[in-house]
Formats: sequence, C-alpha cells, structure tokens
Amino acid sequence: MSIWVNKDTKIIVQGLTGREGRFHAEKCREYGAQVVAGVTPGKSGEEVDGVPIFNTVEAAAEATGATVSVIFVPPPFAADAILEAADAGLETVVCITEGIPVRDMIRVQRILQGLPTRLIGPNCPGIISPEETKIGIMPGHIHKKGGIGVVSRSGTLTYEAVGQLTALGMGQSTCVGIGGDPLPGTNFIDCLEAFEEDDETIGIVMIGEIGGNAEEDAAAFVRDFVTKPVVAFIAGQTAPPGRRMGHAGAIISGGKGTAADKIKALEEAGIAVAKTPAEIGSTMQKVLESHPMM
Amino acid sequence: MKVHEYQAKEILARYDVPIPRGILITEAQEARAAAEKLGGRVVVKAQIHAGGRGKGGGVKLAADPDEAVKLADQILGMTLVTKQTGPEGRLVRRVLIEEALPIDRELYLGVVLDRTEGFPCMMVSKFGGMEIEEVAAKNPESILKAWFDPDVGLHPYMARRLAFGLGLEGDAFKAGIRFMNALAKAYAETDASLAEINPLITTTDGRVIALDAKIGFDDNALYRHKDIAAMRDVDEEDPLEVKASEFDLNYIKLDGNIGCMVNGAGLAMATMDIIKFYGGEPANFLDVGGGASEERVTEAFKILLSDENVKGVLINIFGGIVRCDMIARGVIAAAKKTELKLPLVVRLEGTNVDEGKRLLNESGLNLIVGDGMADAAEKIVKAVAEN
Repeated sequence: MSIWVNKDTKIIVQGLTGREGRFHAEKCREYGAQVVAGVTPGKSGEEVDGVPIFNTVEAAAEATGATVSVIFVPPPFAADAILEAADAGLETVVCITEGIPVRDMIRVQRILQGLPTRLIGPNCPGIISPEETKIGIMPGHIHKKGGIGVVSRSGTLTYEAVGQLTALGMGQSTCVGIGGDPLPGTNFIDCLEAFEEDDETIGIVMIGEIGGNAEEDAAAFVRDFVTKPVVAFIAGQTAPPGRRMGHAGAIISGGKGTAADKIKALEEAGIAVAKTPAEIGSTMQKVLESHPMM
Repeated sequence: MKVHEYQAKEILARYDVPIPRGILITEAQEARAAAEKLGGRVVVKAQIHAGGRGKGGGVKLAADPDEAVKLADQILGMTLVTKQTGPEGRLVRRVLIEEALPIDRELYLGVVLDRTEGFPCMMVSKFGGMEIEEVAAKNPESILKAWFDPDVGLHPYMARRLAFGLGLEGDAFKAGIRFMNALAKAYAETDASLAEINPLITTTDGRVIALDAKIGFDDNALYRHKDIAAMRDVDEEDPLEVKASEFDLNYIKLDGNIGCMVNGAGLAMATMDIIKFYGGEPANFLDVGGGASEERVTEAFKILLSDENVKGVLINIFGGIVRCDMIARGVIAAAKKTELKLPLVVRLEGTNVDEGKRLLNESGLNLIVGDGMADAAEKIVKAVAEN
C-alpha cells in the first residue's frame, strides 16, 4: 500500500509542452507513472511524446479519467493552474513550481478550504510511491518499495535520507515532499495521519527545517495520535537568524522557528531526532529494532 | 527584500498612511534648508537597513537648523553599529530629516504572515518603541491580533476592536481606524511580507502617524512591482551575496572558514550543520540549485574562494536528475580555472556516481573524495585544521 497515489493513478501534466514539464514527465513515465494527458492553453490536439494535450484541465480529466495533476508552469501562472485543477475536481494536485508569491497562495488556500482537492507543494519535489508511481522530479532509482513513510520540506535532503534508508534495506511506502514555502498545501500532520492509517507503513521519517512552527505542531500530533515509530531530522541548526536559507519558508524571525526549539519539541514528544543528516537511516534502523511493534 | 525607512514611508504615503513630513539628504549642509522648511525643530535619522538605530546613536533630535546641520554632519559618513548590524556596523550614506511631532502616546502596529492561519496578522500593542518580541515575552496579553484576507482587507469590526484595545478615543480613534485600513491595503497591494510601524504615535492634536516604518517585500512577487524592486540598495548587502545573486545562486556569507557548495537548500543547511558537528565552522550557505551546470559551478567556486576566510572547500552534491559525472567535470574545470590551492573534499552521490568518482580520481587535482556526508565533513574539518 501507499498513500494518495499508486500504480493505477492517472496523471495530467500541466505545462507538459514546456522544457521542464516534458523532461520530467518522460522520467515519470520511465518509472511507470501513467501520464495520460497534458494541459497547455491553446495547444489542444497536439501531442508530446505521444501524450495528448488539452486546452483545459477539465477537458483532460474528462477524456482520460485522470484524478491527479502535476504542475510545471512558471510562478506567475502557477496559482491559477492549481485553482483550475481543483475546479476540475481532481483529487490531488502536485505543484513543483518554485517562486509563487505568498499572496497568490493565500488566495489558493482560502479557495481550497471548501474543496476536496489535496494540494502537495508548491516548491516541492513531488510524491513517489516506490515501484508504483512517481509524480515529481525526484530520482526514482534511489527508492525501494517498503514500509517507511517519508515526509519532508526539502528536496535533495530527502534524497539523502531515502538513499540511506534504501542502502540499509529499508524501503519506502510513499515519500512526500511538502515543499519549502511558508504556506504548503499539505503539511506534516496530513502526512503523519495518512501514514498512521496506512497498513504498509511501519515507521515514519520526517525532515523539517528552520522557520515557522509546523514541526512543533507535528510533534504535538505525534505525541497524541501516532503509534508508529517516528524519526526526525531538522536542518538549519547553524543558520543565522533573520536570513532566508534558500527556501522561502526557511527563516528564523523574531527568535521563532529555530532548529533548537523544534528538536526540543520533537524529543519531548518521544520522537528520535537524528543528530546529523548522515544518521537518518541508521536512527530509523535502531528505532525499528527496539520498537515493540516489530 | 528590504528597503530604507524613507522608502517605506514613500510607499506608505501612496496608500494614504500618515507619515511625518520629511526630506532625504546626502550632504550635511542640506540639513539647514530641510530643517527650515520643516519648522526648525527636527529629527535627524540615519538610513541603514538595520534596526536599533536610535540606541546606536543614529537618530537625534535637533532644536534648530544649526543643530540639524551639526547632527547630520556627525551621522552622515559614520559607521553605525547596532545590535542588528554586527560589530562591523554600516556606513551611513543618507539621512532623513523629519519634523518633530507633539507626541502623546507611542504604540505598536505590525503586519506579518501567520503561517498557521494562512493569513496576514495585524498586531497592535500599547507598548510602542519596544521590540514586539520583548512585549510578547513580558506582556503577551497586551498584544491584540486580527487576521485578514488580503483580497478583502480589514473588516470594520477588526479595526474597531484593535483601536478600542489601544485605548484610542475621539479623533485619534477615527484616525487609528483609517490608519489600519490604509496599512492593510498597502501590505496587500505591495506584496509585503512584513510591515512594522514602531512606534505608531498619537499626537496631542489627535493625529495618528507612522513615526518609524519598516517594510519587507516578498521576493517572489517583485516581478509585479518594478518600482519597489528598483529600491533595492546593494550597498546594504554583502558584496559577495550581491555577486551571487547576479548568477541566481543562493549564497549567504557566514563567519566560519569552510566554504561549502551544495545542491538544494535543505541539504545545504544540513551540510553546514554536519560541518559544525565535526568541529568545523561553515563559511557560507550556498545552494547551486538543481541545474548545476559547469558554468554555475565555476561561478559558485569563484564566489566561495573570494571570501578570504575560506581555508577549505566541501562540495556535497546529491545528483538526482543532475548526473554526477557532469558535476565532476564542472568541479574539475572550476578547480583548474581558479587554480585552487586549498583543501577540497568532494562528496558525490546519486546518478552516475561511479563515473563521477573516477573522473575526480583521475583529474590529477589534489582533492579528497568523501564517502558519504559524515566522512566528507570529517575529512574537510581535519584537512583545514592541518593546513
């Protein structure tokens, strides 16, 4: 099992005719993902690598039965692309685009509140259920099917963690990149809840970073509602306050959002926090060995 | 993006947020005419991108135009040290001369994104002139909040509640409500990420005015605010960071001596952390991004090495879509082009890693190949200590 997406998931690529969209859609298909349609306004009737293009998400979904879309459109148009996908009734929308203005995301989130659509991202690597489907830009080959759920605000740091898990023989149920923006569509708690309910997931890795208080909220949720072992890592222990560390959401402001506060909250909730990014996999291994469920 | 106080006030004025009358000068002699025009008694304010200017001696009251010239002369060209500038301080290049107002009360008004609520939050407090963090620690009950949708603005009841909470009465009550509405509009329409009016003052004649103003803008939205983007003052930024931004590199200079080059922001922070864990100090944060081409790697290398504190370099790349052999070629070319003499540890992982490692080993360069993040961090810390 996996969460939210699996081998049967049919996918629309918004922005398939662009360079990024085409490149990554091809990689997703090579991994086994069912990319059934592309959407680019004004290019209906065309094809990209044999995939039909539609003018609207609605038309693409109607013609193909797709329930998920992945967005590769430039930042000024990305918020509108998300809203179009939600309006077409898609279950899940994965937004890879980095650099969407916060004000646009405030509007998107307010509208999505009344709709059943799940948004993953923006500014994220996407979601992968190993050996089933890959909807995003992560390297597929480092993943392996298994029982660890991974949720992260980072891209390459997630690959690092997944690489360690795979090397130690621990496969993954689903890996979700929730993205580095201040207003993510899906947060840690959404993923923790889904992993807790997923039968195949036996342990959860969560990778956070400085900025905001999503990790603190997640810690409280784990303490109260999660029975499966959770391992965490927080990036940015050496980050200076007041500086945005690459991700729009990674900033310590007004003394809030420090790595130390987050690590403290996670440890107090009984979560094993890896001391270094090189020990995420081995920490999970140790935790699984000592967990009563195993 | 940050702007100066005078720029923030110029923007606020466009939205009818009341500000003091003021004149920006760059020569001390200009202070005389400015002060005369503003009524004689004026405040002389250093313009730098850092808070704590008053305590640092960068904001002073002048009783008359003569004193204004004297104070402007002192402040212009001074290196102002505040708790936000660090010990090196900032050179003051501009001074804002403002009318001195009959202050009745000093209040606080700020707007910032509340990530949990998903909306901007307007905060007010009776304790103006103090840092809001300090107020939050000492008198949290004195802070009143209202969350608003930037597409809608403040609802009238929100502004009323905040104005009543501040104890505003009569003309000041009405002026306060107008102020809050105007500020909410300015925040929304300029894609601000922070707007802080501290202090917000009431005058003895019932006016409500932004005595100070600090605004930060969402970098991702600057494409639709060309006028604001043009207000960027690169003199206020680290020269290496300015250089890096020209190449779309995410670079932040730090105080250590181990330069690092990493792909991805999270991995870059984690790399800094692991250097520290093994007893070293990172010299910078540097995310070369997903499309780490040979040219970008070379430029990043040059920037790293132009920081004279750097005594060694750690490259940590998790090649996902980017192939390790391509990265290896970029690193080799960059190291040769820059005639690198410092210890260099390279850790490659991911696609085509074996080919990448082979290229590095056969390059003839004096570099150390790291096997995993921990090993790479340990090796660079050791190499720098020995060098």
